[in-house]
Amino acid sequence: MSDTTQTGPVLAADGTPLKRSLARALRMQKMRALMLIAPLLVFILLTFILPIADMLFRSVENRIVSDTLSETVVTLKDWDALGDEAPGEAVYESLYYDLFVAAEAKEHTKLGTRLNYEETGISSLFRGSGRKVDDVGEDHVKAIERANDGALKDEALWFEIMTGGSSAEGNTGLLDAQRAKLSQLTGDSFAGDIGFVPGAEISALFPRMATAYTDFALFTAIAEEDVVAEEDPWETVFVAFATAVQSAGGAEKLASYTGPGAAELTAAAEALAELEPISFKAAFLDMDEDWGDLGNWRTIQTYSPNYTSGYFLNSIDMQKGPEGAEPRPENQQIYITLFQRTLVMSLVITGSCILLGYPVAWILANLPTRSANILMILVLLPFWTSLLVRTSAWKVMLQQQGVINDVLVWLGLVDDAARLVMINNQFGTIVAMTHILLPFMILPMYSVMQTINPSYLRAAKSLGATNWTAFWRVYFPQSVPGIGAGSILVFILAIGYYITPEIVGGTKGVFISNRIAYHISSSLNWGLAAALGSILLAVVLLLYWAYDKIVGIDNVKLG
Amino acid sequence: MALTPVQNQTPAFTAAVSAAAGGFFGLFVGTAQGSGLLGLVIGAVLLGAMGFVYCNLLAQEKPVRWATVAVFAIAGFLLGGLPALVVGALFGWFAGWFIFWLATSSYRKHLPPYLTPGQVLWYYSFRVICGAIFVFLITPILVVMPLSFNAENFFTFTPEMLRFDPEGYSLKHYQDFFSNDDWQQALWNSLRIAPMATFLSVSFGTLAAIGLSQPHVPFRRAIMAVLISPMIVPLIISAAGMYFFYSRIGLQGTYFGVVLAHAALGIPFVIITVTATLVGFDRSLTRAAANMGAGPITTFFRVQMPLILPGVISGGLFAFITSFDEVVVVLFVGSAGQKTLPWQMFTGLREQISPTILAVATILVAISICLLTTVELLRRRSERLRGMSPS
Repeated sequence: MSDTTQTGPVLAADGTPLKRSLARALRMQKMRALMLIAPLLVFILLTFILPIADMLFRSVENRIVSDTLSETVVTLKDWDALGDEAPGEAVYESLYYDLFVAAEAKEHTKLGTRLNYEETGISSLFRGSGRKVDDVGEDHVKAIERANDGALKDEALWFEIMTGGSSAEGNTGLLDAQRAKLSQLTGDSFAGDIGFVPGAEISALFPRMATAYTDFALFTAIAEEDVVAEEDPWETVFVAFATAVQSAGGAEKLASYTGPGAAELTAAAEALAELEPISFKAAFLDMDEDWGDLGNWRTIQTYSPNYTSGYFLNSIDMQKGPEGAEPRPENQQIYITLFQRTLVMSLVITGSCILLGYPVAWILANLPTRSANILMILVLLPFWTSLLVRTSAWKVMLQQQGVINDVLVWLGLVDDAARLVMINNQFGTIVAMTHILLPFMILPMYSVMQTINPSYLRAAKSLGATNWTAFWRVYFPQSVPGIGAGSILVFILAIGYYITPEIVGGTKGVFISNRIAYHISSSLNWGLAAALGSILLAVVLLLYWAYDKIVGIDNVKLG
Repeated sequence: MALTPVQNQTPAFTAAVSAAAGGFFGLFVGTAQGSGLLGLVIGAVLLGAMGFVYCNLLAQEKPVRWATVAVFAIAGFLLGGLPALVVGALFGWFAGWFIFWLATSSYRKHLPPYLTPGQVLWYYSFRVICGAIFVFLITPILVVMPLSFNAENFFTFTPEMLRFDPEGYSLKHYQDFFSNDDWQQALWNSLRIAPMATFLSVSFGTLAAIGLSQPHVPFRRAIMAVLISPMIVPLIISAAGMYFFYSRIGLQGTYFGVVLAHAALGIPFVIITVTATLVGFDRSLTRAAANMGAGPITTFFRVQMPLILPGVISGGLFAFITSFDEVVVVLFVGSAGQKTLPWQMFTGLREQISPTILAVATILVAISICLLTTVELLRRRSERLRGMSPS
């Protein structure tokens, strides 16, 4: 044919070069395959991978301190944690305003609980102070209210002062900043019109007071759904005013103020002149002397950043000190032991599964098909039976008044008074989990052993090998892939078990999973639960990767 | 079929081996009655004598074995009533079978002639070991069943039950299960969640499995690893992640949240079974269908689907049982309104121990037997359809 002499590229029927045409067809095919997979992939990503990523994120996330004590963490940054002096007045002042807002939003107890994981006693400190924080500067508040025959008790006047009158310039920047701060603090949205904008003049002169009033206004209008102008301002507004006018240069600032209520404020300032300036430090020490405790302040400073390695350190029995990571006190070290126990027990379970599974897989692979199928049912039935059924069965079998003990007592092997304790300890967990995971060992072994040609064994024997040599040198090496596949599978499943150890494990036979569950549902230390979970996940993924390399995910078989 | 020509054993050998067996059993009965040594001696002498005598009665095997069963049963009844009668009869049957099995050398018949006595012994010891492992596998499941008919609120066999006294048995735990609101609500919840989750995982999973078995899939291994991961990642971690994430987006404690979580957990099983079915799928069939003018949808439903249907159904059953048995994830993602049957069992096992759990367990075992049978039948059908050897 003349084709052989053609020098240009080979063309497809429609005239395009064949190479390109083929490439396009291949691309189409790939696209179609991906389109078919895409829905499931998206589904898994949304319902499964994303939650796990969220958990990993939670294990380092630590926004609660900086969200709740947003100002304190900034002022506390300069404090020398290694020195032997409590922080200065400025820190206590920011703490006052932060704690007041947090107590109004009822967020201070959450922070207390969070910090209590690191330093016991902080929880009650925060709870108690949240109740008493209203009383700071009580005399000053009363003096301001009493001045001018109670003119400043009028909510509408305060509203007037803070907006600077209806036509005054507003400071929307401050309003937006406080909106953002409050929504971070509470986790709720603080968007929406509140009928209040802080005046620019008052914000410039008395920034602290404007901030406090804005917080109050946002909280009243959005969280409590009241009208700002009809509610009494928070004590923080009064305290901020008192602090401002009593500090250096305060009087001049007040004198330069010309907006609404200037006369009333001036009168109030005169009334305050008889009182000492407020000392926040003294007020806090008066509330609870633990506010002078350096350990508490160190903890707050250490956990100020938004992200922390604290949970991970905690899960390996370390803690964050002022100088970096340090081991926890002996009596608080539990996680390393727990991880070790989980690993050792999983290994023991895997080992006993190999020991029990190998003969069974061998006999299943070497019996005639008909009898093998019947015996296979005995393996598959436990595999299909509900996990809880099997666990409750083991509870029935192993307990002190249970079937095994009854039989042993009846046989006279065990005295009635000295029944064996086989449940609520490691033995119970190992036996029950070996039983539960055995099918996962037998099935991969069986599928490998089925492919081993029995004539190899006969050939070895006819060449003079003893039974043992023939098995050990010829049969066993060929069955190793099955052992490997089964072992990794069983180990992966065992290491993350929760239900069975929870029911038959007591206290000595529990795994790391049980501790994770405890932190999620009982102690509510979610960050620690997430960190423990991340470590466990890392181990499992490593094994999963190994499994994929050795066996291949595609070769997983069920039944 | 006999592999090896055999001849009858000498009475001395039969007597010695059966005496050893008798001694072994006698030891147990003896310790149960207070004196192990006496039991051992009596058992050994009794079975040894029987072995010696039976060697001369080989012609009358059937009647002799029946007589043995009857004698042991009666002896048992006289000693310990009804339960002992059953034990005695069983032992009598075993003793008769064992002695004749030894005496006629039946044990040697089916083994290759070149085996040494040691190898024969190992052959049978190995079977006994395997038998013991099978007993280990199946006993816990079997023990639950009679206990669920217990008339008392105990987790253990009562003396009445051991005496086969009808008073010791009752259906009251089943009655409790069917009349108790908690259990019925839990059953209803399980039945509401599992099918929906199964539907989701089967529909998404089958599509993806078809996509994955196309010849050229980029990142096939990575995609497969992601899709199988819900089966590998420890449940407690999935549960924790889902709990945190679903409570962020408001799905925690809702029916929909639990269904999504269970669907994700069921997907690996669907993927594995369906891709396994597709391995043997003949692509020329779809090409032939396309050649004859069928569109992709017609081809899928009229040609491909009927052939992979067994795999899809077994995958669906796996997904169903995964959701139906699942307790960890629902414990965290669900709220009291989604309390499923396993959850109710779990709280039952942890708190108030009621044998109703065993009744439920028995019902669940019955269900799993049905599912197992279905899956096995489907597997065989699928292998037949694809022209693989019907094993």
